[in-house]
Amino acid sequence: MSLKRNILDLRKRKEKVLQGGGEKAIQKQVAMGKLTARERVTSILDEDSFHEYDLFVEHEARDFGMEKKQLHGDGVIIGTGTIYGEPVCIFAQDFTVAGGSLGLMHARKITKIMDHALKMRVPLIGINDSGGARIQEGVNSLAGYGEIFFRNTLASGVIPQLSVILGPCAGGAVYSPALTDFVFVVENISKMFITGPEVIKTVLGEEISMEELGGARVHSEITGNAHFYAQSEYECFEQIKKLLTFIPWHNGKKAKAFPPKPPKPEYKIEEIVPADPTQPYDIRNVIKAIADDSDFFEIMENFARNIVIGFGRMNGETVGFVANQPMVLAGVLDCDSSDKAARFIRYCDSFNIPIVTLEDMPGYLPGVDQEHMGVIRHGAKILYAYSEATVPKITVIIRKAYGGGYIAMNSRHMKADFMFAWPTAEIAVMGPEGAANIIFRKEIMAAEDPEAMRKEKVAEYKEKFANPYVAAAKGYIDTVIEPEETRNMLLHSIEVSNNKVDRRPEKKHGIPPF
Amino acid sequence: MENLKEFNVDGTVYKTELTKKFENRKNWERPNPKNILSFIPGTIVEIFVKEGQEVKAGESLMILEAMKMKNQIEMPFDGVIKKIHVEEGVRVPNKMLMLEIE
Repeated sequence: MSLKRNILDLRKRKEKVLQGGGEKAIQKQVAMGKLTARERVTSILDEDSFHEYDLFVEHEARDFGMEKKQLHGDGVIIGTGTIYGEPVCIFAQDFTVAGGSLGLMHARKITKIMDHALKMRVPLIGINDSGGARIQEGVNSLAGYGEIFFRNTLASGVIPQLSVILGPCAGGAVYSPALTDFVFVVENISKMFITGPEVIKTVLGEEISMEELGGARVHSEITGNAHFYAQSEYECFEQIKKLLTFIPWHNGKKAKAFPPKPPKPEYKIEEIVPADPTQPYDIRNVIKAIADDSDFFEIMENFARNIVIGFGRMNGETVGFVANQPMVLAGVLDCDSSDKAARFIRYCDSFNIPIVTLEDMPGYLPGVDQEHMGVIRHGAKILYAYSEATVPKITVIIRKAYGGGYIAMNSRHMKADFMFAWPTAEIAVMGPEGAANIIFRKEIMAAEDPEAMRKEKVAEYKEKFANPYVAAAKGYIDTVIEPEETRNMLLHSIEVSNNKVDRRPEKKHGIPPF
Repeated sequence: MENLKEFNVDGTVYKTELTKKFENRKNWERPNPKNILSFIPGTIVEIFVKEGQEVKAGESLMILEAMKMKNQIEMPFDGVIKKIHVEEGVRVPNKMLMLEIE
C-alpha cells in the first residue's frame, strides 16, 4: 500500500484549517484595513521560515451550542521561524475565527509557544487581535489569561518579549502586552483598554470613541503603554525587525555586533548645542553626532518627550542612550519621564547593553499636580534603576546638572563607571538665579537697587559654581572634555568596561518603587 | 523646533516646547468645604433636603447612584442648605457642584 492516500488526507485537512474563519470573515478583516494573522506572521518572519504547530487543535467547550462549532486552530496561530536568520517564537491571534476570542485551547497554544521560547532562549513575538475572553468557556478562559501573564513574568528579563497590537486587545487581555518589553501599535488598527466605550457610557455617562479612549496615538502619547507607533502594519513590521537588530536573543548573550561606522559628517556636535543653558536644542542630534552611522533608534518617541531613550551603536556594539531633551519642557524630570527612563535602564541592564547618559536638565518639574501624582516615588525609580544596573554606565554632562536630577541621572554617586563633562557643564544644587535668591536674600533685600544687586549676585554665583570644575576638583567628574572628544571618550570607556564585574549583595529581589 | 515658550524652573527662564499633557494639566484649587461635589459620575436618585433647610452633620443630603452602588451624600457639618444644583433623576459628571451650604 502506498502512503499517498494518507498524505492526501493530511493535505486536505491542512487546507481546511488554513482557511481560518473562512472567506467571508477574511473579507471583513481586509475591509477593516487589516492583514490576516497568517499574512502578518509571514511578513514579519524570513521568507518561507515559518513552521506552524497545533494546527489541528480543537476546543472542548460543550455549552451554549459551542459543541457544534468547529473553530480552526481555535483562533490562534503559533509557530517558530527566523528573522535575519535567527530563530524566534511567534503567535498571532486570528480575528477571523470567533473574533480571535481566547478560550482554553487557544490559551494553551499560546502558553506552549511561550514555554518553548523561554526554554530555547529565543525572543517571543505576540500578535494580539482578539475580542477578548471567549465568554462561552467561562472561567477556563480566565485561567488561560492567567497562565499567559504568569509566563510573561517568568520570561521577563530572560528573553525579549514583543507585543504587537493589531486589532482590539481589551479587558484583562491588555495585561499580557503590559508585562512584555515592547508594545507596538498601528494607527486606526490598535485598540487597547480595560473597559470599553460602551461600558463607560452606561456606567458613567461619558461618551468617547474607541480611538479616543485607547487608540494607537493615545497609547503612544498619553498613557505610555506603547513603545512604537506606526502608520501601517508594514511600517510596524519594519520597526520590529529593526529593534531585533539591537537586542540580544537572551540575557546570557550580547547583542550582535555590526561593522563599526563613523557618524555622518552633517552632525557637527559643537554647532548643535548653544552655550547659553536656557536655549533649547534637539538632544537627538547630539546622539546622532556620537552614534555609529548617526543611526539612533528611538523608543517611546511621543511619550514624555522631555527625556529621550533608544538604541544606537558605538564601534558596532549596541548602546542604550538615556538623554534629557532641552527642547521639551527644558528637559525636566517628572513622573512620566522617570517611568520611561527607569524601565529602559532596567531593560538595558537585563540584556547586557551598556548605558550612555547625556545630561542637560534643570531639575524636577515644579507643580502641585506633579507632587500629588507622586513625583517622589516615580522619580525614585530612576535612582533605583541606575543604582541597580551593573552594565557599563557612562555619563556625559553637557550643560545643566542641577540638584536631585544631577544625582539621579547616573551620577558618580549612583556608581557611574565614567563621568565626563563638557566645559559648558554646570553642576550645582540649583540654577544660578534660584541659588542667588536664597544665598544672598538679605543682601538683595537691603540693597538700594535690589534688581541690580540680584543680577550681580547671580553673576557671582555663576562664576563660582556654574561650571564643571568644582565637581571635577572632588573627583565626581573624571575629566572635562571638549565636545569633539565625546565619541572617542565613549568608545574608549565602553571598550575598557567590556569585562566589567560588579557584584551586589545577594537577595531574592529588591523592592523598587513600582 | 516650533512653538518655543518661556518656562520657569527655580527662577531661571528656559526657552522650550511644552507638551500637550503639561498644557492640559489642571491647576490646583483649594477645595471649599461648603461646596458638595460629586465624587464619581452617576445619577441622583433621591434628594432629602430643601434650600433654606437646617441640616445636622452626618444627615443624608441625597443619594448618588454610581456603579450600581447607592452612595449616601452626608452633610459634612451643621449648617443651612444655600442652593441645590441638581434634581432627582439627573446624571452628574465627576466633580460637579451638587449643593452649596451657607
